[in-house]
Amino acid sequence: MQASSSDAPLSAADERRVRAISNALKDEPGALLPILHAVQKELGYVPSAGVPIVAECLNLSRAEVHGVITFYHFFRTSPPGERTLFICRAEACQSMGAVALESHAKATLGIDFHGTTADGKLSLEPVYCLGNCACSPAIMVDETVYGRVTPQRLDEILG
Amino acid sequence: MAGSKQRVFVPQDTTARSLGADAVADAILSEAAARNVEIELVRNGSLGLYWLEPFVEVEIDGVRHAFGPVTPGDVPGLFDAQWLEGSAHALGHGRSAEIEWLASQRRLTFARVGIVDPLSLEDYRAHGGLVGLERAAAMDGGEIVEEVTNSGLRGRGGAAFPTGIKWNTVLKAEGAQKYVVCNADEGDSGTFADRMIMESDPFVLIEGMAIAGLAVGATQGYVYIRCEYPQAIRTMRAAIQTAREAGVLGPDVLGSGRAFELDVREAAGAYICGEETSLLESLEGKRGMVRYRPPLPAIKGLFGAPTIVNNVISLASVPIILAKGAEYYKDFGTGRSRGTLTIQLAGNVRRGGLVEVPFGLTLRELLEDYGGGTASGRPIRAVQAGGPLGAYVHPDQFDTPLDYEAFAKIGAMLGHGGIVVFDDTVDMAAMARFAMEFCALESCGKCTPCRIGAVRGVEVIDRIVSGENSDANLVLLRELCDTMVAGSLCALGGMAPFPVLSVLNHYPEDLRARP
Repeated sequence: MQASSSDAPLSAADERRVRAISNALKDEPGALLPILHAVQKELGYVPSAGVPIVAECLNLSRAEVHGVITFYHFFRTSPPGERTLFICRAEACQSMGAVALESHAKATLGIDFHGTTADGKLSLEPVYCLGNCACSPAIMVDETVYGRVTPQRLDEILG
Repeated sequence: MAGSKQRVFVPQDTTARSLGADAVADAILSEAAARNVEIELVRNGSLGLYWLEPFVEVEIDGVRHAFGPVTPGDVPGLFDAQWLEGSAHALGHGRSAEIEWLASQRRLTFARVGIVDPLSLEDYRAHGGLVGLERAAAMDGGEIVEEVTNSGLRGRGGAAFPTGIKWNTVLKAEGAQKYVVCNADEGDSGTFADRMIMESDPFVLIEGMAIAGLAVGATQGYVYIRCEYPQAIRTMRAAIQTAREAGVLGPDVLGSGRAFELDVREAAGAYICGEETSLLESLEGKRGMVRYRPPLPAIKGLFGAPTIVNNVISLASVPIILAKGAEYYKDFGTGRSRGTLTIQLAGNVRRGGLVEVPFGLTLRELLEDYGGGTASGRPIRAVQAGGPLGAYVHPDQFDTPLDYEAFAKIGAMLGHGGIVVFDDTVDMAAMARFAMEFCALESCGKCTPCRIGAVRGVEVIDRIVSGENSDANLVLLRELCDTMVAGSLCALGGMAPFPVLSVLNHYPEDLRARP
C-alpha cells in the first residue's frame, strides 16, 4: 500500500503545493535542496510524481532531480508513518548498547529499517549521530531527541 | 535582588532536553507558582557537564549554584529544602563555576556557552560579544587575516589546516563575488561541540563569519547545518534574524560600510557532505560528489567563486582572537598546536561532556580526571578518537598528549576532538567491520577504492571472522586498506581504513576466526 502510493499521481492539491514551493524558492542560489526539504516538510516525503514539476521549474532534467533525491539519506520517496523513529547506529551509541536497542525496536515493531508498521503509525530509520554522544544511546522521534535510551525506555517513549 | 525576580536556569540544549530538561522547567514553574514564589526561568545553553544534566542553576546574589541531575520529581523536595536560599541538598554541587570538572578547564571558545541566553544579543554583548567584530570593522582585510594567521589557529574540523593561510588565499584570489561557508555538518560520532555553539552561543558563530567576510571581502555566507540538528537550525535562523535587525549583518556591518549577509542551509543526511568540496556541491543543489583538487575551494569554491570553508569551532574561535589579540590566543597550547582544544568526551564514559583545555593534556588524564572511567564501571578497552575515520587507541597509548602532531605520531588523529570510550565488552572485529560498512554506506561513489573497497572490506572481515582462509584474508585486508589509503580521492575512503588498521595492529586477538 505504502509503496504503490509513492508512484501514484499527485492529487491536484498536492501538485499545486509542490509547484508553489518550487516557484517560491527557485531563485535561491542552489535551490534544489531547499525545495526538496520544503516539499518533504509539507507532504512528509518527496513523491516521484513531484519530480517533473521541480525539474521543470529549475530547468533541470528529471534524472538530475531524481539523482539528488536518492543521493541523500534524509529524503524519502514514500509516505512516512504518523511518527518516525530514528535510532542512532554510530560508534558512541554502540558503546552503550545501541545494537541491542536496534534489535529490540525491530523485533517489537516487526519492521526493519526504512519500514513502516502495518497500521501506518511508525516508520523506523537509522541515523548516524544525533550529537547526543555523551548520553548514549540516542534516538529521535520526529524532531525530539532522547538520551540514555534503554529498550524499556524506548517502549515507554513509543507508548 | 530587590526589584528583580530571582533567576533559575534550565538548559534548552538538545542533550539536556533529551534527558527531560523541559519537564524539569515545567515542574519548577508550576511548583514556584503553587508556592507563590516569584522566579524568572531562563533557558540557557548547557555548560557541557552532560553527566549532570538536567543541570539546574539558581542565582543567589549574582552567583549561580548548581543542582543536578534534576528530575521533575525532585523539584518539590528542592523547594522544601529552600534551594533558592542556597541551602544544602543532596543534588547540590555548590557554586557552578567552582565545580572542579569545569573550574579546571580553560573556556575561550566556549566562554559564553551555558552562561548566556542563546538568543539575547544584549546578553551576548554584556559577555564580551561583538568586540572582535567592532575591531575588525576598523581594520582592512589584510590586517584581519594577519591577526588570525599570527594566532596560530588551525582548522578544528579535522584536518587542522592553518586558518590564516586559507583566508589569505581567498583574500588574494580575484573574484567579484566571494563566499564564507561554515561547515556545520558535524557528522562524526562522538562530537557535539558545533551543535553546542549553535544552540548555546549562536552569535559567536555569526560574529566569526562576519569577521571572515570583512577579512576577505566576501558579502555572503552560508551555514550548512546537518538536518539531524533541528534545534541548532532553529536557533541559528532566529539568531541570524536578530543580528540582521541589529545591523550586525546586512549591507553595513556595524557601520563599517561593508556588507555581509548570512543564511542557513539544511543538509540532508549525507556524511560525505562534511567533506568541503562535497559540501559545496550540495550547497549548489547537487549530489554531494567530491571534487578533484586543484583547484582549491579558496580559489574556485562555491559557484566557482573564491570561498572560505571553515568548521564551526574554527569560526567561533575568531572573535576572541580579534577581541584579545593573536598573542593572547597563541599563549595557550603547545608546539604547533596553539590555543585550546575542544574535546568531546562521549560513549561509555562516566562523566561525559565538553572539555575545553589547552593542548597538551594526556589522553589518560582526560579519561581519568575528567571522564572518571567508564559509565559501566568496567575497564576501558579502547578509545576512538577523531570520529568514524579515526584510529582506535589502545590503553598502552593513553599517555599520548592531546595535540595534533603527537596523535599523528601514533597513527591516530584528534580530528574534531571527539573521544568515544569503549569498555572491555567491545568486539573490535565488529568495530572494524562497522568502519567499512559505514564507508560503503556513505561513499559518494566517485572513486573506486572507496566505493568498491569498502564493500569488499566488509566481506573480507566477515570471511576472517567466519574462519574462511583467515590468514590469507588478513593479508588481503591489509592490502585493501593500503589501496584505499593511497588511492582514494578524499578522506572518507582514504581514512576509513585507519580504524580497521588500528584493530589489526592493537587488537589482533579479536580479528580472527571465531570458534
